[in-house]
Amino acid sequence: MAYPPAAHSSPPRQPSVKVILTSADLHRVVDRIAHQILEKTQGAADTVLLGIPTRGAPLASRLAARISSFEGISVPVGVLDITLYRDDLRRHATRAVGPTQLPAGGIDGKRVILVDDVLFSGRTVRAALDALGDLGRPATVQLAVLVDRGHRQLPIRADYVGKNIPTALAENVKVTLAETDGADEVRLHGEEAR
Amino acid sequence: MIRHLLSGADLDAETATQILDTAAEMAAVAGREVKKLPALRGRTVVNLFYEDSTRTRISFEAAAKRLSADVINFSAKGSSVAKGESLKDTALTLQAMGADAVVVRHPASGAPHRLADWVDGSVVNAGDGTHEHPTQALLDAYTMRSRLGRLAGLSVAVVGDVLHSRVARSNVLLLSTLGAKVTLVGPPTLIPVDIAAALAPGTDVCYDLDAMLPSSDVVMMLRVQRERMNDSYFPSAREYARRYGLDGPRMGRLPEHAIVMHPGPMNRGMEITPEVADSPRSTIVEQVANGVSVRMAVLYLLLGGNNR
Repeated sequence: MAYPPAAHSSPPRQPSVKVILTSADLHRVVDRIAHQILEKTQGAADTVLLGIPTRGAPLASRLAARISSFEGISVPVGVLDITLYRDDLRRHATRAVGPTQLPAGGIDGKRVILVDDVLFSGRTVRAALDALGDLGRPATVQLAVLVDRGHRQLPIRADYVGKNIPTALAENVKVTLAETDGADEVRLHGEEAR
Repeated sequence: MIRHLLSGADLDAETATQILDTAAEMAAVAGREVKKLPALRGRTVVNLFYEDSTRTRISFEAAAKRLSADVINFSAKGSSVAKGESLKDTALTLQAMGADAVVVRHPASGAPHRLADWVDGSVVNAGDGTHEHPTQALLDAYTMRSRLGRLAGLSVAVVGDVLHSRVARSNVLLLSTLGAKVTLVGPPTLIPVDIAAALAPGTDVCYDLDAMLPSSDVVMMLRVQRERMNDSYFPSAREYARRYGLDGPRMGRLPEHAIVMHPGPMNRGMEITPEVADSPRSTIVEQVANGVSVRMAVLYLLLGGNNR
């Protein structure tokens, strides 16, 4: 059954998809962040990587694996679920709560590096900082992101950025990882006239 | 997500499992430095208790406070109810005060259902008459799952005064939904005819506790309510204890992995001996701790988002 032709005269808008990082690019970017962490923290002593679900968690594990393969240092990895700390809980149907797993040594007095896939409004990071405050007292907190797409709504910046992608608000950055989505890729989804 | 929690039958397997999974995350909060989550900041939970209760009211209060909700405790004694105010007028008062959730315990079966028609907020049944007590069933299911690793296929014996037990009714409904096999055990005078089939198909009735023991994964003892002892449901307390009380030798006939549960408060020496109640197989203290986590999960899932 065919739909009747559209009545409007302007050309129909077509979603455009652009690949920003291929699988090989993404691996190089993770390697570079791992090196930067080692450089900036002078060997990543007393450091804990905390991934923010969904895709920050596998990214944190990858960073730890790369750091281990570069310098033989084992950096504890954890997962920090921020659902109960979100500022938009009441705007949506109830969200499922995910697991939070802190490494055995805890986070007190440690250098905690939060890991997420995309830095956008900064609200997720704000929630993560609140959650951290209830879990312990880290010595310092840093932030590593695969993609910074701009449009911050809070005074938050990342210490380690995989790639800066200038975007329009209407566009959407989509990160897929082998662990969660079956393949590694970063795409920019946008809407533009054909 | 559902809006009220009035009955064990309100929950399908998916929703019940979501509550149990959320409760597992909530349980982690108890071990943290700051035992508080901001999820229900600015929300008001009213505990409306027309019957005496210690653990259920405290458990709901602790759960709401750990989620940063404001808690108002209302007990019928010493309130306007003692002056003759009706349930409806009390409900409208709470409504005017902006209650986002009302946790209600009432001696009349069905009172929470009526209340749900009168208030805009969520209503949680914390025990109504001889009808239901769904959060108790949820915490029992959570306890079984955390001790035995699963619910599907478990054989659960619910033993005692089924006739007057809201715990038994809610447990039959919820556990059947989650795939466990429930058998109601007790004297014929305390098990209503046809109750098993009426609540959930697949539920059995057995009048002989000893016959059930070797095949049970869980034995859930119900409290014998002292006020019923004179109602001639059974000849004497001693005879009840002899036939349906869980003592050491009976516990010895349970499978190695089986657990013993009791919703509390216990009559030691009546339905359960101290030897059993204090044994490592007894989950009675765990059930209380799990109650807070499960009620946190229920309150979060009912109130945490915009479910209107």
